[in-house]
Amino acid sequence: MKKLTGLQKQVLGLYRGFLRAARTKGPEDRKKIESYVSSEFRNNAKNVERKNFIYIEYLLRRGTKQLDQLKTAETISLFTVPCRD
Amino acid sequence: MVTGLVLRSISKKLSNPSKLTLTRLYNAPPPPPQEQKAEPKATDRSNHKTFQIYRWNPDNPTKPELKNYSIDLKDCGPMVLDALIKIKNEIDPTLTFRRSCREGICGSCAMNIDGCNGLACLTKIEPKEKESTITPLPHMFVIKDLVVDMTNFYNQYKSIEPWLKRKNPAEEKGKEIYQSKKDRAKLDGMYECILCACCSTSCPSYWWNPESYLGPAALLHANRWISDSRDEYTDERLAAINDEFKLYRCHTILNCARACPKGLNPGKQINTIKARQPGLLGK
Repeated sequence: MKKLTGLQKQVLGLYRGFLRAARTKGPEDRKKIESYVSSEFRNNAKNVERKNFIYIEYLLRRGTKQLDQLKTAETISLFTVPCRD
Repeated sequence: MVTGLVLRSISKKLSNPSKLTLTRLYNAPPPPPQEQKAEPKATDRSNHKTFQIYRWNPDNPTKPELKNYSIDLKDCGPMVLDALIKIKNEIDPTLTFRRSCREGICGSCAMNIDGCNGLACLTKIEPKEKESTITPLPHMFVIKDLVVDMTNFYNQYKSIEPWLKRKNPAEEKGKEIYQSKKDRAKLDGMYECILCACCSTSCPSYWWNPESYLGPAALLHANRWISDSRDEYTDERLAAINDEFKLYRCHTILNCARACPKGLNPGKQINTIKARQPGLLGK
């Protein structure tokens, strides 16, 4: 396996963080969160240019912020806003 | 970091500012003297001023760029914020910035104007200069255009516990704790802070250690509560920030005092904290 760059590790770490946070929610919500998170990551992995570091870092920061929100007990589920493309 | 890189790479006299190069042009020739005689032209551009504004949109992720907007100063309010609002209203509605009170009390419109941090609503448009550069606060993560991520800044403010803490509960619930006029006067020069982040983002020390160094704004507020006669946790507060990074990354550069749009001096307050730290005199 190819060695991962720091940025790639951070992205994977964020994804893992989301899966862990989803575990603390109810089974129904967990499914929803996981499917949304995974589709979002897959989508960005496909569409974001590999060398667009500024944007990837921006997404990382946004994701970390969302994860912090999800981690709090009051948050039950992720709200998905339909993406405009 | 994005902002920092761009700030270093822009130059006022770039012929094509949308293309950012790393060349800095020193000793750029002064703008040609303005003709005083009003020439009867079809479009009188003598009152026009160009604003170069930092643009970056996460929905269309390309490199950040400086975009030019020309504005007739005759038809615009006196402050930079007026110009920004005019641009947003009339030229480019996608321009994004924070603003609220337009009178320097909310601290929303903090940005870097011509290389100096300040509130757009309190900064006058320089009518003599033909160009003006507006970028987000330096060394902050950009969310969009002039909007920066203030999470870390607010978390640092939160970490100094900016509320009144008492060891003895009030005798009567809901009763105020009185303060003498002299004690109240000690808070002057600190309570005015509106947390606009102009000072912190102008501090080189804060640029290099934004996570560990609290920064002038948070430390000023720390001193505001340390100095409060009603607060009973003075020693604990002092101990909490007695840290090589949290407090002692301040090297009295005093960019904070120069940047503060409210005319405060955070550097002086930080020195007061340092002087109040126990054991400092023994060292």
